[in-house]
Amino acid sequence: MAINQISVFLENKPGQLAEFTRLLEQNQIDMRALSIAETQDFGILRLIVDDPYDTVNVAKDAGYICAVTPVLAIEIPDKPGSLVKMLSALGEAGINVEYTYAFLTRKKDVAYMIFRVNDPDKASEALVRSGVRPLAQDDLAALFAG
Amino acid sequence: MERYYQPEIECASREQIRAWQNERLVPTVKRVYENVPYYRNLMKEKGVEPGDIRSVDDLHKLPFLTKEDLRKAYPYGLLAVPLHDCVRIQSTSGTTGRRVVAFYTQHDIDLWDECCARALVAAGATKDDVVHVCYGYGLFTGGPGLNGGSHKLGSLTLPMSSGNTDRQIQFMTDLGSTILCCTPSYAAYLAESIIERGLRDQIKLKAGIFGAEAWSEEMRQDIQNKLGITAYDIYGLTEISGPGVSFECSDQHGMHINEDNFIPEIIDPKTGEVLPEGSVGELVFTCITKDAFPLLRYRTRDICVLNYEKCPCGRTHVRMSKPMGRSDDMLIVKGVNVFPSQIETVLLNKGYPANYQIIVTRENNSDRLEVQVEMTPEMFSDNLAKVSAREKELVDALKAMLGIYTVVKLVAPKSIVRSEGKAVRVIDKRNLY
Repeated sequence: MAINQISVFLENKPGQLAEFTRLLEQNQIDMRALSIAETQDFGILRLIVDDPYDTVNVAKDAGYICAVTPVLAIEIPDKPGSLVKMLSALGEAGINVEYTYAFLTRKKDVAYMIFRVNDPDKASEALVRSGVRPLAQDDLAALFAG
Repeated sequence: MERYYQPEIECASREQIRAWQNERLVPTVKRVYENVPYYRNLMKEKGVEPGDIRSVDDLHKLPFLTKEDLRKAYPYGLLAVPLHDCVRIQSTSGTTGRRVVAFYTQHDIDLWDECCARALVAAGATKDDVVHVCYGYGLFTGGPGLNGGSHKLGSLTLPMSSGNTDRQIQFMTDLGSTILCCTPSYAAYLAESIIERGLRDQIKLKAGIFGAEAWSEEMRQDIQNKLGITAYDIYGLTEISGPGVSFECSDQHGMHINEDNFIPEIIDPKTGEVLPEGSVGELVFTCITKDAFPLLRYRTRDICVLNYEKCPCGRTHVRMSKPMGRSDDMLIVKGVNVFPSQIETVLLNKGYPANYQIIVTRENNSDRLEVQVEMTPEMFSDNLAKVSAREKELVDALKAMLGIYTVVKLVAPKSIVRSEGKAVRVIDKRNLY
């Protein structure tokens, strides 16, 4: 059970991110989570939005290079040690975590983590077995609706 | 007092030089016509026969040779003697797309060595000098050329080759090197390294012979000041022999072409017409003394001007200016020939768009080659390591093609300016010419 993340190629120079976010604003696209991986010359912007396909179309039309990637989104209790159980489950199942980032919502006492893994289906099964259910795209939408 | 290696040749009258050129050109053309089918066909296409060439005045009737011809005739197509008479090959620097191989008989090597010995003596070298050669050895002509010239002269020769700066400086101080031969950018780097290590007063250098890449008058002053030497320019190309086709004298105003071996012409690069004395144009050489690889009317693509005025040094051979540019799109980066088309080939092979830009800069006297490439959906990934690995793959492929390290910069799609008509592929910020 995975959700879709959008990644966008941005040059590492002033104003690039501002320009991209302006595009989202103009198209009434709300970002849920964001992270950037960068080198000296370029960055990869990773986004979670309500409607990934709409966003990709908007970005492509504006000349951006994007990719849609399945990632796992997980709700965890906002307290020390919450991550350990989940990461152990992934590790035992032989799943490699390529990168991860976190975000919060208005919902109290919980945090959300995004995991990019080599095998999302297998990772999803391992998490379910350990009692954690990754969010589906609809769950995400519902989460932000309120 | 100016000294010469072969005063009777280097200071011969213009009439004498002309007489040598006439008596050497005629049999060379005949021999090439007979032994080199490739050139014979070019002559036939132009309707010229060996009998039509009776003196240097007829030179303009002969067809040109270009690097493209050398590529087509690779490897043996322009060889004018049986292979068993050859003792050596040299090749142009690491450009697989346009590799050029030149052949030498022992006679050819001797002549080449003499040319380099003339350059060394013009820079003040004697039998008592220690000549430190840190041009690359191997296929590149820089090391072997100056090495041979130094042997000919009887100087103590240090065949250092390039790189390993610590070892260079150690030999320089321990063995008292007096004449330094390398690229100007490496000389500038060595000068800084020597000063950083506080060894300026332990070196005995008095002169340097620097070539294989373009360098400015400011760079000359900088090297001269830092090392306390006189810096001399030298010019040459593998196709013609190697370094020593021309060299600078104490006057430091242009390089004397060894006209007893090579006849220079200046042509209009567009029409091929020979231009009147004093014109700026493309330099063309005709070899009149070589056995194995006597190229006739070879277009160097270097733009320069010839100066027939009497030189204060006493040499009578014509002086050529430093090249002021190129008539093709070739770049010389770190002493290596780079064609934009080679970079384009690599990009296309690796699946990148042909829209790219080459930016050459010089920082701290060292060249930097950057290739900007537009990102494509196929190359893109959310995974930074994957994108970086693809970038690295491109760097490696460029290194394999060009022989030098290239900085690759991935840029946003459509960010490289599309020009109307001919694209501006190369931005050279070095102000070399």
